[in-house]
Parts: sequence; structure tokens; C-alpha cells
Amino acid sequence: MSMMKNVVGWFDDRYPLTKVWNEHLAEYYAPKNFNTWYLMGSLALLVLVIQILTGVWLAMSYKPDAELAFGSVEYIMRDVEWGWLIRYLHSTGSSAFFVLIYLHMFRGLMYGSYRKPRELLWIIGVIIYLAMMATAFFGYLLPWGQMSFWGAQVIVNLFSAVPVIGPDLGVWVRGDYVISDATLNRFFALHFLLPFVLAALVFIHIIALHKVGSNNPDGVEIKKGPKGNRWSDSAPADGIPFHPYYSVKDIAGVAGFLFLFAAVVFFAPEMGGYFIEHPNFEPANPLKTPEHIAPVWYFTPFYAILRAVPSVAGSAFPGVVAMFASILVLFFLPWLDRSPVKSIRYKGSLTKILLWLFVIDFIVLGYLGTQPTTDLYTLMAQIGTIYYFAFFLLMPIYSKMDKTKPVPERVTE
Amino acid sequence: MNKLIFALLLALAPMLGLAAGGGAHLDDADIDLSDKASLQRGAKFFMNYCLSCHSAKFQRYNRMGKDLGLTDEEVIDNLMFTTDKIGDTMNIAMTEAKATEWFGSPPPDLSVISRARGVDWIYTYLRSFYLDDKRPFGVNNIVFPDVAMPHVLWELQGAQKAVFKIEKGSSGNDVQVFDHFEPVTQGTLSLEEYDQVARDLTAFLSYIGEPIQMERKRLGVWVLLFIAVFFVLAYLLKKEYWKDVH
Repeated sequence: MSMMKNVVGWFDDRYPLTKVWNEHLAEYYAPKNFNTWYLMGSLALLVLVIQILTGVWLAMSYKPDAELAFGSVEYIMRDVEWGWLIRYLHSTGSSAFFVLIYLHMFRGLMYGSYRKPRELLWIIGVIIYLAMMATAFFGYLLPWGQMSFWGAQVIVNLFSAVPVIGPDLGVWVRGDYVISDATLNRFFALHFLLPFVLAALVFIHIIALHKVGSNNPDGVEIKKGPKGNRWSDSAPADGIPFHPYYSVKDIAGVAGFLFLFAAVVFFAPEMGGYFIEHPNFEPANPLKTPEHIAPVWYFTPFYAILRAVPSVAGSAFPGVVAMFASILVLFFLPWLDRSPVKSIRYKGSLTKILLWLFVIDFIVLGYLGTQPTTDLYTLMAQIGTIYYFAFFLLMPIYSKMDKTKPVPERVTE
Repeated sequence: MNKLIFALLLALAPMLGLAAGGGAHLDDADIDLSDKASLQRGAKFFMNYCLSCHSAKFQRYNRMGKDLGLTDEEVIDNLMFTTDKIGDTMNIAMTEAKATEWFGSPPPDLSVISRARGVDWIYTYLRSFYLDDKRPFGVNNIVFPDVAMPHVLWELQGAQKAVFKIEKGSSGNDVQVFDHFEPVTQGTLSLEEYDQVARDLTAFLSYIGEPIQMERKRLGVWVLLFIAVFFVLAYLLKKEYWKDVH
């Protein structure tokens, strides 16, 4: 024991080892009333680690070359020891990452985790989400299947729709006039780089969280409540040390998540064509456009918004603007919500109904984005798009006028 | 608990509404990948009928032998007709340029065709060639209209013609809809025997599409059992720790 103390002491004289451990784990007081929704953040961090590790191992056998890329993925699937498992962990991991982040963001929406003083925390989160989307987009080109190729073609063409500079911008992104070997090379470089940027952003996200403290399902600020618990006289009465209470809870959450995750990896890695799209088992062919091009499921709500907006004077630019606006609007959320209370628990029924309609709207848009357009589907996507933006842009009005319930002084069980 | 269930439902939402493939009705391939005899017959038909024009350039001969319960000697003696080595992948001598000259487009590599098209599609495709004078090889296919491929298995199946019926289209116009096949000449096999050939070939193509798939599922059961036990222990640990949170 004293040997251990000596080693830790040696480090503490040179690096704030015990200090960091205490500030962020053993003496970080989190509200004691977290529910299942509060597992998503730590699970997303776990998936990021899985993605980086499996990604590095995939890169050891993958060839970012238009002639070799498709074959190198099959080489990993067949000839690399456990390559199939590494690849499926990675392909399932990308979808799992988005599932968790969508649940994590919804948790924030429900309990008002973006409200003062957590505006910056939320904004960093939205930046993380953008970085994730960029990473996923670059990564999807790498298997060099038909959907990789044509999906990238469609998305890069969005940049070409920008007036005046568009065509040059498209060439600049691709490094060529079409998606080609040059594009594959640069996308591989960026797909390797961005996850480390993502990890740095997650670090900043956690630092910001520990500055302001965690929100909770009641939206009560535990730091403003009474002081003193059995671990510390100065800590919030409703707080418990993150370690060991939430670390053991998160481990149980990890086990539950891994069960579902492994079920997909081992029994349905393609997930019916949603996690790995069937046309992606045909090598990229620039001369053969697939009948129907759909992005992976986690992009489809935004793809539906893109397609819902009619072209103006033959330019798809308005749709592109709408698509980017649908994500950028999230940055303003902390100032759009004018409700006197944070958590959905104490908001009125109007807000509750509008929030659940928003969830349905997002899922319907996601479904429409996977489907070929028909008149009916386009109309539905247009209604869905209008609701999507109305939910945010009318929030200053409805959040203010909706009746609220009294918020308790302390967190509830 | 309700919220947990809802969270799971939300997570599963993307799976709802599977992408429905348009086009012709597909028959159930009903393959059994644990049936080694079926896979071995499929390998035999594949080597004899497919591998001269189609490659399977990601599939190694010896890996196939190992997975199908055949020794290297058995594979070399019975299934390899070219100068390939046992550790080679299944390549063909025909160049893309020649293939394009002869067929109009090069026959696709079949390594992962079962994953691109689905097994039901392949099974139905192999049974859906019909006589059509307008096509260069005299045959067409119901599930792949105007396909460039001749009916390589015609000796086994015999020739059949397609009978169409007229239906009203969505805009009130008449459209030709496939109804059924009628045999024209008898093949060397009965129709049931031919269906089994198609099934064996489909099973083999499914196998080479993902050689690890049987092992993956076998392993998956143990992984899930392990995680289930881990979950119970982790949950009990959590409960023990949380006893003093009030």
C-alpha cells in the first residue's frame, strides 16, 4: 500500500493525477436521479473508442485505391484473421453511434439540457454531431461499392449547386471532375483524421459538462439547492459521486448495450440493407447509375428535407440551404426555448405533444429519405419539413405561452 | 421502464419498413447452408456451368474445400479444371475486353452477388429464363429483363416459354404482366430436380458471398450468453453499490 502511495505521490508531484481523478470522477457530484436516458453519452463514448480501434485495424489491410479498395474489403472479410469481426464491429458501430447520439440529443431536448448555463455544452455537442456526420460521410466512400460511389456523387453535387462558386467547389472537394481515385484517397485521409478531432471535441464537451454540472430529468439545479451529503459538506445534497455510483451503473448499461450490439454484429450485420446497403456489394461503376440512390439511414431525414424543397430556376440550391439549415438551427435552440421550466416533466401538454410529434416527424422523414420519390411521398416530406422547422422557429412563442407545472425544490426519486 | 422500452423502440425504428424491391415476384430460395451435400453439389454446378465466364475472384479454392468438408486432393481432382493452384482465388481466363465483345457487357464477378441481389433473386433468376426470339441468345429472363446471359442450364431444365396476361395499369393503359411458364422442350432433369439444382447453386453462391456466416452465427450465441451473464453480474453490482443512495 505504501509502495502504491509512493508511486501515486511521485506522479502527483509532477502531474495532477489525483486531482484530475477526484475532480472528474471520485468527487464529481452528479444528480442522483439520472434515468436510462443518461446512459447514452457514456455508451456513445464507448462506441467512439470501438470505432477508432477497429478503424485503425481495418486501415492495416485496407487499400485506398479505386482499383483495389473493393477487393481489399473482401480480403479483410475472408483472409484477415478475425477481419470479418473487425469490419462488422466497425460497420455496425457507425450506425450504433448515430442511434446513441440521436437518443442522447433527444434526452437533451426532453429535459432542457441546452438551457442556461449549458448553452455552450449543447453547442459543442452540435459541433460533435457535425463532425460525426462528416466522418461517416467520408467513411462511406471507402468500401467503393455502388452506393459508396453514387452516394458521394449526390452529396458532392450539392456543393456544386451553390451559385457562382459551386462547380469549382465541387471539383475542389473531389479533386477531380467525377468521384475518382483522387477523391477516395483524400476521403480516406480525412476519415482517418476526423475521429481524433472528434475525440478532442468529446474531451472539450466533458470539460464543459463538468464546469456547469449535469442536468437531470427534473431540470433542477442541484448546485443551487442545499449543501452537504454523506461524502462532503460542501457538495450538493442531491449529488452523488460519479465514481463509483455512476461508473458501476454505466458498466451495467454497457453490458445491456453490448448485448443488442452483438446481436446485430453476429446475426444481422446488414440489418436488412439498412446498416450495409445491398447495392454496396457491387463494385463502384461510374458508368452504371443505380435505379435508386439512398444515403445510409442516419442521413435520410436530412436527405428527405433536401428533396422536399422544390428547385428554383433549375437549381437545387434552395434544398441544399434547407438541408444545412435543418442542422444549423440546432445551434440556436438554447435561445429559442423561452419556457420558464427546463424539463418536459413540468412543461405543459402542448409542448409535450409538439415534442412527440417532432419525434414522429423525424422518423417519417427518415423513412421517406430511404424511398424513391412519388407525388404522395414528396407532399409528405414537404409537410414534414415544414413541421421540422416550425417546431424550432415557433418555439419562442409556444414555449412561452404553454402552461407549466410547479418545479420541485429538490430532485424527485 | 416504459421509457426504456420506448428508447429501444426508437432505436429500432430505422428497421421498420424494409426497402421493398420492385419488379417481379421472387420465390423463396429455401436454402440450407448446414447441408454440406447441397453446397458440394452447388460447387460442382458452379465449376461446370458458371466459372468459365463468371469469376469468383475473392473466393479461394482451398477455403471452399475446408468449409465444404473436402480435402485439397478432392477439390483438385473434382472441382478444378484449370492450371490454378489450390490456394488461388477463382479467376477466369476471359478478359473484360473479350467478354464485352462477346456478350455486350462483361459477366459480373459472383463472389458477393448473393449479398447484392439476395438469395431469392438468384434462385428465381436461375429458373426464369424463357424463349424470346428478339434476344441475341434466344432467351430472356423475367427477373432480369434483356439480360445479356444465355440460358447456360437449358440442357438440364429444357426450354420454356413465358405466358403473359393483360392487366390494367395505374393510368388505365394495358400492361403485360407475367403469369406463368409453359415447358416447350423436356430437359434432362425433371422440374423438381432442376429446382434443386437452382437451390444448390444459390446455396453455394450464398456461401461464397460470406464464407464465415455459419461460424459467425455459431459464435454469436456464445457471445450473447457471455454478455447476458456479464449483464446480470454488472446489474447486481450496481444494486449493491446503490443501496446507500437515498
